[in-house]
Amino acid sequence: MESIYLLIPVSVVLVFAIALVFWWSVRSGQFDDLEGPGFRILMDEDIPPVEKKPPEADESKKG
Amino acid sequence: MSVTKTTYNDKVVRQFAVMTVIWGIVGMLVGVIIAAQLVWPELNIGWLHFGRLRALHTNAVIFAFGGSALFATSYWVVQRTNHTRLWGGPLIPFTFWGWQVVILLAAITLPLGITQAKEYAELEWPIDILITLVWVSYAVVFFGTIAKRTVSHIYVANWFFGAFIIAVALLHLVNSAAVPITLTKSYSAYSGVQDAMIQWWYGHNAVGFFLTAGFLGMMYYFVPKQAGRPVYSYRLSVVHFWALIFTYMWAGPHHLHYTALPDWTQSVGMVFSLILLAPSWGGMINGIMTLSGAWHKLRDDPILKFLITSLSFYGMSTFEGPMMAIKTVNALSHYTDWTVGHVHSGALGWVAMVSIGSIYYLLPKLFGKTEMYSTKLVTTHFWIATIGTVLYIASMWIAGVMQGLMWRAVNVDGTLAYSFVESVKGSYPFWAIRWLGGVLFLSGMLIMAYNMFKTMAGGKIQDVPVNAAVAHHA
Repeated sequence: MESIYLLIPVSVVLVFAIALVFWWSVRSGQFDDLEGPGFRILMDEDIPPVEKKPPEADESKKG
Repeated sequence: MSVTKTTYNDKVVRQFAVMTVIWGIVGMLVGVIIAAQLVWPELNIGWLHFGRLRALHTNAVIFAFGGSALFATSYWVVQRTNHTRLWGGPLIPFTFWGWQVVILLAAITLPLGITQAKEYAELEWPIDILITLVWVSYAVVFFGTIAKRTVSHIYVANWFFGAFIIAVALLHLVNSAAVPITLTKSYSAYSGVQDAMIQWWYGHNAVGFFLTAGFLGMMYYFVPKQAGRPVYSYRLSVVHFWALIFTYMWAGPHHLHYTALPDWTQSVGMVFSLILLAPSWGGMINGIMTLSGAWHKLRDDPILKFLITSLSFYGMSTFEGPMMAIKTVNALSHYTDWTVGHVHSGALGWVAMVSIGSIYYLLPKLFGKTEMYSTKLVTTHFWIATIGTVLYIASMWIAGVMQGLMWRAVNVDGTLAYSFVESVKGSYPFWAIRWLGGVLFLSGMLIMAYNMFKTMAGGKIQDVPVNAAVAHHA
């Protein structure tokens, strides 16, 4: 089963890499707030203001 | 901060979104053709016989349709949730055009019989190299964009997309390692059972990361957005991510039960497959419960119908999968149409429906409209697609179990009760139903295309300024 000699080290290295990323994300405060982020994506105004308000400052638009 | 706005790069999202629908139609059409070829064998003409078109079908639906959907949604989500414009300059259009060339080359080489003969990794080495280049560019663009985010938190959908990109790169590199002989022929770097193990390590993780993690990223953004409610438990979504990522890699051997693969490896594969049930259902419940308290929205919002139904199919197929990975169940199900039904429960029910829902969400916003040209047609599409999927899965379940039982049936003297061809004959009615299910699903995609072009017509495409309202929330 030589393929195991490749796959197992790859998996082990991967798990350590994932653990490292996990450690970083915990330490850097990614998971400090586990409520807010869910709401935040709903508050984003990220779509074009379709025909709602007259174009005030949209010289950037290209037809 | 800047009021002289940078804008989101929606051009590439637009391109991929439109191609999702186009490639969906192409890939599913090929699927309908090969389903017909099983019912009416005289349709196997020249190069266009089942053996060659089947690989074209899987490549087209997974990598062309599913891939385009993933590119489109991940590029949208990574910009929106990180409040920044897509980073990467010329690499961005390269991911689009490069990916289209890969698809085109697949459509040419596979019917010609140019193949590495590895399931879901059939493309020959020059195309594999192009895939690698596109994929590395994709990773650079995606992670580059995350790196220059203007909010500190990385929304959970990005984690799923990111894991999908990295895992697919790794899988592709390991499994496609080959020794080229000519431009169109190469030999795998592995042989025999080693090759089989590597192939299914790749094959199942392609399901896990290409067809699951990526689409979960889609789910975690578009379900809350369309429902107008935050995901049921953000905490659970984070747990879901890490649990899935840590446990997925070893499920592959369940594709090789009762083969030359050592027994212990098969058992490891089985156990890990069973473990996967937990994170999968955690995610499924999290997605569906996002609607808790707002179930009425399902009644008249067909996009939400697509998204929530996709989660139900995700739950079904992630229950069925671990069950089929149990060796005793696998002894019955392996090599039968049950497997085909299981795959399509995931592919049509989960992957296609969540993509279709997300693309319906995106299309009007990408083309300067408030909603799709016809919401009625979206509803029609939903019902046609659902009925098609159910017909497909149910017929394959029946055919599969029947085949499994016929193949293992023995007479009192120990001889086989049925010849193989008798099981083929018994399968015909179910193959016809499967074909019908496929036709329905394809018709739904045609409706979607009509609706899409009508929505695109006359729309004024506007560049959307990058959301800078971060300070308020910080």
